[in-house]
Amino acid sequence: MQRILSKLRLYWPLTKSLQTGLLLSTGLAGYMSARCPVMHWYDFLGLALSLFLAIAGSTIINMWYDRDIDAKMKRTCNRPLASGQVTPNEALRLGLVLSAAGVGMAVAMSPLYGLVVFAGLFFDVAVYTLWLKRRTCWSIVWGGISGGMPILAGRVFGLGHVDGIGILLALAVLFWIPTHILTFSMRYFDDYAAAGIPTFPSAYGFQVTRATIAVSSIVAALCIGAAGILIGVQWGFVRLLAVLSAGLLLLAVASLLRPSERVNFGLFKYASLYMLAAMVLLSV
Amino acid sequence: MKISILDRILLLLTGLLAAYQIAVGIDKMSTLPIIAYTVGFGVLLVAGLLLIILGFDVLDSPIVVIISTVIPLSLSLGLVWEHLASFRTGYLLFVIVGFLAILLTRILPLRNKLPVIVLAIVHGIAGLTIFLLPIVFAATGRAAPGFALVGVGGALIGVGGLLLALLKAGRPLLSRATILKVLPGLLLLMTAAFVAGFHFG
Repeated sequence: MQRILSKLRLYWPLTKSLQTGLLLSTGLAGYMSARCPVMHWYDFLGLALSLFLAIAGSTIINMWYDRDIDAKMKRTCNRPLASGQVTPNEALRLGLVLSAAGVGMAVAMSPLYGLVVFAGLFFDVAVYTLWLKRRTCWSIVWGGISGGMPILAGRVFGLGHVDGIGILLALAVLFWIPTHILTFSMRYFDDYAAAGIPTFPSAYGFQVTRATIAVSSIVAALCIGAAGILIGVQWGFVRLLAVLSAGLLLLAVASLLRPSERVNFGLFKYASLYMLAAMVLLSV
Repeated sequence: MKISILDRILLLLTGLLAAYQIAVGIDKMSTLPIIAYTVGFGVLLVAGLLLIILGFDVLDSPIVVIISTVIPLSLSLGLVWEHLASFRTGYLLFVIVGFLAILLTRILPLRNKLPVIVLAIVHGIAGLTIFLLPIVFAATGRAAPGFALVGVGGALIGVGGLLLALLKAGRPLLSRATILKVLPGLLLLMTAAFVAGFHFG
């Protein structure tokens, strides 16, 4: 028992629990946007488990592939794989098992839902991580598309088909991702440069990156707002969403006009909080 | 001054109360008060979140004076629009002109006392409106007694605004550390008074 617990303690950081949790919350929100109030708890729990397994699995495979980069970056050099606490084979096996279990469970629950979950995993692992991440800074577009898959998957599972609102929700996540990732790549600019990873700041400079963040924040907020109205979210929650979106825009503009490390990282934190709050509001 | 865990909890509660008021507490009102209250409580909500994320240093920004004016102006506009029908247009004009005046006197490099005078007049009228209107209405039976709590919120916002304004003007009534220590609690009490006042009023 002690051994299992110590293994779990080592494996847990491989899943990037906060990121996985945030993506999982988008998937659950997508489902609840179609099926609220939730009556079938076994469906809901099945969705949560299959999404968690698929997202955590793809994250572990991503971390397995990027272990050489992680070892070069100050921020990530203490991760279990980069620091040698978990062997690469062990991590790869774990990632593959979790991914297969997640996708398999999703397909068993609904083939279309399973296909969307698989698409998310494919875009994340094959297109983003293996193919593009080390080649171009535009890889984040594919990272964003894969990030938008959980919310689309949740909605597809709730409805039984792909609809415009689901696409809009996925677009909201896609355009929210630059706010999240680009602020991060500016904060850890030297780390990424040391690891040789092309990023927006290294390719186009900080000012263009900040402008990209501001524009993508506006588009993300518009997508979430439009999706909220189309879903039929109560006006009170739409108002609240508008207020939170205004805060996001305020920070994005502040980062553009009065750039500083503090505002930049504030935007990063606010963007995460904003997405979580938006998901809660779309679900109720 | 570093923001403590307790400060963060108080600010989070402030944000949650403001969020409740925006989402649920103003649903049955007419359009302009809904917009005005959404803006007022929205500024409170976002300000609370920014304080949690960025800490008290965010208060050093020159934009704080302008943004903090929005709270009393919008809340007082909502109150006047709802309860003093004959003053609606006049007060709306005062709010627009007052806000623009504060904006201009803060943006333009003026070296006289005009910015402080404008700020004092606009803040003063808006603050007194929020303080007096609910109390008078509750006392004269034109609103439920609980509505007086909005006036209490108005008094608290006046105290907070005065402390911050004097601090930023370089003539602090209390030390910066003391003001920052009481600010999260003051914001929570103020928001709670507003929310309760609107609910019971």
